[in-house]
Amino acid sequence: MLSTKFTPKTKLTKAEIDRKWWEVGDYFRRNSLWLLMYCTGCCAIELPPSMTSAYDMERLGMGPMATPRQADILLVSGYLSLKTLRRLIYTYEQMSEPKYVVALGSCPINGGIYHDSHAVINQLDQYVPVDVYVAGCMPNPESVLNGFVDLMEGIKNKTMNGWKRYHEHYEWYKENQKNSLGEVIVHDEFHQ
Amino acid sequence: MTIVNFLIGIGIALFGFVLQTSIGGINRKIVGRMQKRHGPRWYQEFLDIFKLLSKRAVSHGWIFDFGVIMALGGIVGTAMFMPLTKDILAFTNNGVNYDNFFIFVYLLAVGMLGMAMSASGSGNPWASIGVMRALTTMLAYEVPFLIVVLTIINYSGQSSLTGIMEFQQMAGNNWFLIAMPLGGIVGFICLMGMLGKKPFETYIAPAEIASGPMVEYGGKQLGMLFILHEISVFIEVSLFVHLFLGGAANIFEFLIKYFAVYTLANLISNVNGRFKIDQVVTFFYKWPLLMAVTQAVIVIYFGWVI
Repeated sequence: MLSTKFTPKTKLTKAEIDRKWWEVGDYFRRNSLWLLMYCTGCCAIELPPSMTSAYDMERLGMGPMATPRQADILLVSGYLSLKTLRRLIYTYEQMSEPKYVVALGSCPINGGIYHDSHAVINQLDQYVPVDVYVAGCMPNPESVLNGFVDLMEGIKNKTMNGWKRYHEHYEWYKENQKNSLGEVIVHDEFHQ
Repeated sequence: MTIVNFLIGIGIALFGFVLQTSIGGINRKIVGRMQKRHGPRWYQEFLDIFKLLSKRAVSHGWIFDFGVIMALGGIVGTAMFMPLTKDILAFTNNGVNYDNFFIFVYLLAVGMLGMAMSASGSGNPWASIGVMRALTTMLAYEVPFLIVVLTIINYSGQSSLTGIMEFQQMAGNNWFLIAMPLGGIVGFICLMGMLGKKPFETYIAPAEIASGPMVEYGGKQLGMLFILHEISVFIEVSLFVHLFLGGAANIFEFLIKYFAVYTLANLISNVNGRFKIDQVVTFFYKWPLLMAVTQAVIVIYFGWVI
């Protein structure tokens, strides 16, 4: 006769085990976010105070990194002209997953003060998936750090899955990118 | 040699990793306080490493992947020979300790060459520049360092680390840092070069060559490189402690000396700028080399040892 004292151990399915491991990974990922700063606009001037002694980003485990391969967050600060957008997309696609995009200032939201320029894109969300917007022109360091804390909360709640959206809607993003930038035929050793 | 020796060796490598990662985190906090910041948590370096291991990574061909594994294996293999104190040591047989200084010189090169191979395998020009600078820096600091260490070996009559340790702990003998003050200073400067601390940080240089050899690494490979870096720092700082600071009679003494040396190197690093690569070579071949040769002449020909 089986003992009734202990409830039998339920066997976890593979999906559940994967989810648990992913949550463990999320703990590490949200506590050690490394930035790749793509500073084109004037919002970049708000980053030094938020990194150095005054607001000290490093206490959240964040820090600047030198290359896209090492970074977790692509920080887009300010407007993007068509010329820089192409480089931004190259950079985004080089980053290792899971990766997040934080857009700083009002320019990536709706064009900001450059909304009627012929050379500047208005919505960054059309080209790469954005996880967190920090609005303001320019946002002050408190709001920048608040944006990062929001990102950490979102990683905890599994809502920051822009990189998954980029996989799912890859054709849609590619089409938008091509419409704005035009196709380029590259002449080098890898494309012949 | 039994399986127990190998288990102790792997235990020492693991201990070195945990020790250096914790002390590295504490040092980030110390530097933060120095700059009037709060600083990260003391276990931040562990979080960084485990995060990197949890990420997805791209590969640039099998040389790229294999080189990282070879480097990590080489460094772990080197750390297995490192004595922690006079008695805690993996490979020992009937009173003969297998911890000759030259084992470390040879085996450390496996790690460095593995990393150089892997970084060159990525095909990125920054990585090649970084590797070239790393090897040039190595060429620069090895010469004065080896002169000083050979002086020590000549004076104490043995090249085993535990032997040198016991020689310094004997009554009447001073630590070599005090007995050979010029040599001690040269040893510390060369340690800064080995650790890649600030005046000699030329081969990392994040703002200049985008972190040099590590430029193409991301995710798991970068995580392995971080583990490699922590263990190699453990080896280099322990070498300095054993050669110049009289080693350690017990594990607490070792921890205190280790912490003091690493923190001092880190503090000096944080108030300095960065040399150019030609300045690094000129610097090492000028003052440290001169001081090392003077020390060797003083010790070997005159026998003036404090």
